[in-house]
Amino acid sequence: MAEMKEAHRTFSILLTFCVMLAFWLLLSAWTVYLPEPYDLSKVSRGVLSALIVTFLTYEIFVPGRGEKVLLKLQRFIPYVAWELWQIYLASIDVAKRVFGTLEVDPRIIEFDTTLRSDFALVTFANSITLTPGTITIDVDPAKGRYIVHAIAKGPADSLTEEQTMQKKVGYVFMEEGGEKR
Amino acid sequence: MITGTVGLLKFPDFYTRLHATGKCDTLGQILIILGCMIYEGFTFITIKLLLVSAFYLFAGPTGTHALMKAAYVTGLPVWKKGDKRA
Amino acid sequence: MMIIPFLAVGIIIAITILVCSYRAIHGPGTFNRIIAANVIGTKAIVLLIVVGYIIERPQFIDIALMYAAIAFIGTIIIAKYAERGELCSR
Repeated sequence: MAEMKEAHRTFSILLTFCVMLAFWLLLSAWTVYLPEPYDLSKVSRGVLSALIVTFLTYEIFVPGRGEKVLLKLQRFIPYVAWELWQIYLASIDVAKRVFGTLEVDPRIIEFDTTLRSDFALVTFANSITLTPGTITIDVDPAKGRYIVHAIAKGPADSLTEEQTMQKKVGYVFMEEGGEKR
Repeated sequence: MITGTVGLLKFPDFYTRLHATGKCDTLGQILIILGCMIYEGFTFITIKLLLVSAFYLFAGPTGTHALMKAAYVTGLPVWKKGDKRA
Repeated sequence: MMIIPFLAVGIIIAITILVCSYRAIHGPGTFNRIIAANVIGTKAIVLLIVVGYIIERPQFIDIALMYAAIAFIGTIIIAKYAERGELCSR
């Protein structure tokens, strides 16, 4: 990519190395740590693997500096909780459609949003796939245009008319069109 | 999990089958691994199980979306209500 | 005595894998078979963890983590190939 400032590069390498070492410690602790305590040969194996992975992937692991990252992270966690509840609703909805209680009448819809940054678009696409009755087909990052396949009229309307999910994601990422609940 | 597979057999079109498996499999996997985690207590193995289920929470819908986009771009016909079963 | 729920879950998942292979054989066209392969891979991950609990060897969880990563990458590669007709456009 284009030139990367020297301080940002060092910061990326250090942060990636720390995260990789923490993962290695976590994943191999139950065979290495518990039978006999750590000694130099085992820890050096972990450090070597963490170094190799760091030098392969440090450029894409830490994103470029956005604004107010900590505040976005703090608003992100209740959104994940809401989304787990939607997954549960989604599987109940599929169960009803399989056994014939609700009807199957698929259609394809398109709409625009006001989100522009990469991470917000990806989060919204994942959330559409996890809510009952809709799956994302295509995203146009220049205009924020989503093409979505909906399985019936109900879920399609809850995405275009009420726009509950656009408001929630807009609130988390602080674009225009966001307000709490 | 069982609902997802019955949906795979019963739904009339490719896109609707993706709906059934993509959503039900994700939830079923998270619940089964959560049950195994509660059985184990709080040791290092619990953290490893949590990693597996968190990975699939993000990777499952992404794979579903990639398959759907590939089918839509190459022109698989969408089933409207009242068509013949494909 | 405590392995009876795990045995029941394991047998149910194995039967589900068998039922899903009907779609893999019969489904008209390529894309239905890709879905069936993805579903069988997902079920196999859960089956590995459950079998790890039944025979009391916790090393199976590492195998499940590796297989989850590889199956995800495999699905995306097949989707990309089916979309473009080639893997890297150069």
